[in-house]
Amino acid sequence: MLILAAALTSTWLIWSGMIKPLLFVLGAVSVVLTIIMAVRMRLLRKSVFALALLPRMFGFWTSLLIDIIKSNIAVAKIVLSPRLPIAPTLLRLKTPTPGAIGQATLANSITLSPGTITIDSHRGELLVHCVDQQSADELRAGNHGERVNRAVAGR
Amino acid sequence: MTLVVEWLSNLMLLIGGFFVLTGGIGAIRMPELYSRMHASSLTDTMGSMMVLGGLAVKAGFTLVTLKLGIVAVFLLFTSPVSAYALGNAALVAGYRPLADKSESAHGAESKS
Repeated sequence: MLILAAALTSTWLIWSGMIKPLLFVLGAVSVVLTIIMAVRMRLLRKSVFALALLPRMFGFWTSLLIDIIKSNIAVAKIVLSPRLPIAPTLLRLKTPTPGAIGQATLANSITLSPGTITIDSHRGELLVHCVDQQSADELRAGNHGERVNRAVAGR
Repeated sequence: MTLVVEWLSNLMLLIGGFFVLTGGIGAIRMPELYSRMHASSLTDTMGSMMVLGGLAVKAGFTLVTLKLGIVAVFLLFTSPVSAYALGNAALVAGYRPLADKSESAHGAESKS
């Protein structure tokens, strides 16, 4: 609860950027209201926020960023080439991560890199739509799931 | 020094604009919904990152840069969620992807 309060307060201060009495009081009131609502929704009992994962996530984000840039260039080439060489492929992917956070991270990171979109997530299986054969092959061969696993579960 | 920073930010803005434009062109050229989403994800990722990054370089180490960084992080967290919602809704509604057709048949279709 204290962590949430600190995070909300710092968010408010960053967004407003000025410290006037009125704004400060408004911020305090909204922080308190948000915490009351979060407690009533029992959000604090489950570890939804997963703040403890944050330090390990940075390495994963860096490698994800490189992936995103690479696949951006690949998809831009496809879009701008006159023949439009697409070959849509559906791919069923088993996820190695059991937890909800891990699956969400994996699905979102697949969607985030252009050329692959997760369109269904059901019982540990992801249905991924790929724009061409190459991106499907990369996903099939790649160790994406293992990287997510390492970042989330620390294994 | 300021000149280098200025040109770096201009370059990043230019690259971002190029990717936004490419995403728009792709969204028009692609044949069906799922492929269009691939094109628009160019705008979502590289476009927004480069434009926001270029503006951040231009602003220097100020509160504006911090806000731009937070905007970028929020965009990168929320855009895959909305893409998943869109794709999953289309799938649930029974819109089948053009995935089972062979490559040649598909290429012929998109040429016309």
